Amino acid sequence: MALTLRRRRNVTEAVADEKIRIRSVESIDVTVMIGSAIASFALSQLLYETFLPLSGALGYVVVWYVLFLAVSWIAVRELRGNVRAKDHLARVVVWSGASMAIVPLILIVLYVVGKGYHALRPQFFAEDQRYVGALSDATEGGGAHAIIGTIQQVGIASLIAVPLGITTAVYLNEVKGRLAKPLRTVVDAMSAVPSIVAGLFIYAAWILALGNQQTGLAGSLALSVLFLPTVTRTAEVVLRLVPGGLREASLALGGTEWRTTSRVVLPTSRSGLVTAVILGVARVIGETAPLILTVGGAFIMNWNPLSGKQDSLPFFVFRLIRFPQESQIARAWTGALVLMILVLVLFVVARAIGGRGPDHIGRFKKWRLQRKGLA
Amino acid sequence: MTSVADVSEVNLVDETRVSPVVRRSKVDRAYRAVATLSGSIVFVVMALIGGFLLYRGIDALRISGWGFITESQWAPDMGGAFGIAAVLPYTISIALVALFLAVPISVATALFITEYAPRRLRRFLTATIDLLAAVPSLIYGLWGLFYLQPRLITLSKWLADNLGFIPFFEVNEDFGTSLGVFPSSTFVAGVIVSLMVIPICTSVMREVFGQAPPGEREGAMALGGTRWGVVRDVVLPFGRGGIIGGSMLGLGRALGETIAVTLIISPSFDAKWSIVEQGSNSIAALIALKFSESTETGISALMAAGLALFVITLIVNTAASSVVNRSRSGSATEI
Amino acid sequence: MHELVPGATLGGEILINGVDIYRGAIPVTDVRRRIGMVFQKPNPFPAMTVAENVVSGLKLSGMKVTKSERDDLIESCLSKAGLWNEVKNRLGDPGRALSGGQQQRLCIARSLAVSPQVLLMDEPCSALDPTSTRRIEQTISEISESVTIVIVTHNMQQAQRVSDRCAFFLAAENEPGRIIEEGPTKDIFTNPRDSRTEDYVNGRFG
Repeated sequence: MALTLRRRRNVTEAVADEKIRIRSVESIDVTVMIGSAIASFALSQLLYETFLPLSGALGYVVVWYVLFLAVSWIAVRELRGNVRAKDHLARVVVWSGASMAIVPLILIVLYVVGKGYHALRPQFFAEDQRYVGALSDATEGGGAHAIIGTIQQVGIASLIAVPLGITTAVYLNEVKGRLAKPLRTVVDAMSAVPSIVAGLFIYAAWILALGNQQTGLAGSLALSVLFLPTVTRTAEVVLRLVPGGLREASLALGGTEWRTTSRVVLPTSRSGLVTAVILGVARVIGETAPLILTVGGAFIMNWNPLSGKQDSLPFFVFRLIRFPQESQIARAWTGALVLMILVLVLFVVARAIGGRGPDHIGRFKKWRLQRKGLA
Repeated sequence: MTSVADVSEVNLVDETRVSPVVRRSKVDRAYRAVATLSGSIVFVVMALIGGFLLYRGIDALRISGWGFITESQWAPDMGGAFGIAAVLPYTISIALVALFLAVPISVATALFITEYAPRRLRRFLTATIDLLAAVPSLIYGLWGLFYLQPRLITLSKWLADNLGFIPFFEVNEDFGTSLGVFPSSTFVAGVIVSLMVIPICTSVMREVFGQAPPGEREGAMALGGTRWGVVRDVVLPFGRGGIIGGSMLGLGRALGETIAVTLIISPSFDAKWSIVEQGSNSIAALIALKFSESTETGISALMAAGLALFVITLIVNTAASSVVNRSRSGSATEI
Repeated sequence: MHELVPGATLGGEILINGVDIYRGAIPVTDVRRRIGMVFQKPNPFPAMTVAENVVSGLKLSGMKVTKSERDDLIESCLSKAGLWNEVKNRLGDPGRALSGGQQQRLCIARSLAVSPQVLLMDEPCSALDPTSTRRIEQTISEISESVTIVIVTHNMQQAQRVSDRCAFFLAAENEPGRIIEEGPTKDIFTNPRDSRTEDYVNGRFG
């Protein structure tokens, strides 16, 4: 026994001594890349200054990029042959394509912060635009009425869409009734309804046909038309991740279908469902188009979503940004900043919850277990 | 407590097929009924959307007749003619510009996430793409209007100066080619919309690429293929449905995009080939801009326009999801 | 459970105390409660703790028990499954935190909690290591005093070790699977009537 142990240790030591490190980037590649970058920079300097009638920094970057592709391709081809050169080219293109998708996000966040933080003060969350004229300073008044409006509208929309969406997802994935297939197609189609059309629909059905006024409630109805398919689709994906073995186990224990869904399937996918809902809220909170038609917009606080025009944060921004006055535009940017922060916070919360496994025992669950004497 | 059951009777000869009778409890029947009911609400709502838009738009359609398709002006309130002959081509060209930019970038990003990125970066990028999808279109619009547009029009000018012989980049010489003729164009709107479309396309493509069979992937690697070889021979052929479907889903979104387009464009009712010249339009932007100033006939006309948009996006998206669903394998998760 | 698999068909009859379970005389949930089932791979409910997993059957089938009854049940079922000593201090942990063999015994305990008359085991050891397998087989022989156990296995030594009666089930190509032969375990292995059974128990195929 001792002998084998010692030998085993020897083996591990030997492995540790010459540990193999797999690298996907070889040093020669790096050299080629740097060389190509410098060479193409020099070339583009030459071309840009003398031949090409390109203008602006953008044109310059484009020229440099194209030259970089060409130079590094030639270099790799000389060193490694044609196949590797194509591989290299694909790698560079994919890398740059991916960064094209990321860079705007960073620019957008920075730009909105830069534009919006001037007029961001505590009053922005406490005051409305009651005493604000077109010529007032940007630091007067606030967007509290819009924030409250958005919270109420999105809240009501969630109350409508979340239970309905999750039940629909349960129908699609647990009940698996006869309608499931056409229903899935229709849910897909519904998720493609343009937001302005949702607003138009509520305007036609709720306001014109039923004779209601433009209210916060009308806005939330329009939002729930957009929210419902989002929740349904993501919830269905989440439910699909629940292993079939758990359903079988539950049924095999004599569980009814309803209890299998409510006690096993939904708790198992709880964190995924919460994430789905929060991401849905994050998406709906920035919807502007349907609200233009339905909430009416207001400059003063209206606590009642059931009567009278209400404002909403995106609509507030959309209206003010089109004013000619600098101060109004500044207010709009502040609203946009608040909106973006809301979305970011919701997003981060959703990611944090989504990362938890189904066996996560949170504070609430612990308390419940203790109360039942199961902990 | 438990009695030992008698299962020693095993019938070896009975070959008749049995279709089991499943007796459900009352609770289960109620549960199925409730789930079915909430599922049906989706059908009802979709039918109502189409129905109400038609009901409200039919008056305008009666007034305009076929002119709704052939007329390019929009003056329903003054008793004038109105139609979508200019607005619709603008809508489509904005969406096409957006796709033209978004599809290659999305393919590259999706490939990067599934094939090239290190594991940690992969998770970060996936989250970033989701976040891009969550940024409100209003914010994209604002950023596009204030930040991107002034920078983008230099590119518009370059296109007009150097590629002006192509109708898309032609600019009316009367104005000269000062930068002033380039803002608020189809091109600028299309670029902004492409930013919104990228996350949608990317997430569909990423999902489909990720399902490329690992066996084939490893097989191609084992044959000495480069990474590009694997991508070209395994991932792209497998993911073709995802690329097409993802692009079409993006197209659907781009056609219906409202706020960003409304902020960027200056409405034009004369259809033109040039995408870089000032003046553009879209159905959604038309509704958003004209809504508050319209009277009865005007609203009805907007409803008809909304119906047209609804039908178009419905067709595009149904086609898209059928393509995507066909390319997706229905593998269930095993425990 | 069979009817949940799309495309699956079945023939013959399954009698429990003389009643065919597939003729709809008994509600399906009752049938399933009277027949416990242990699956190939351990599948404790991930959203529940060890203790909750044991009593999950009560919750799922709507049985009400008092707190002390429940606590007794948890202890007795876990003891019967031979798990109590290992997990008595970890009852509040998530079910997935146990090892594979422990998870499988937890699943057995979970099935026992609803007092089934029959316990169906679908290759309960095929996803487990030999040590855990031995532990499960011990459990099987202990609980077989009070419950009829129907076990499916590919492992003939296991069949020999744990069973009293044995049935040989064979599915040929393009033909539905059927029971070829059935009888006391000893007879099946030493003196099979059908030649295919003989080939199988002697290891000529399979």
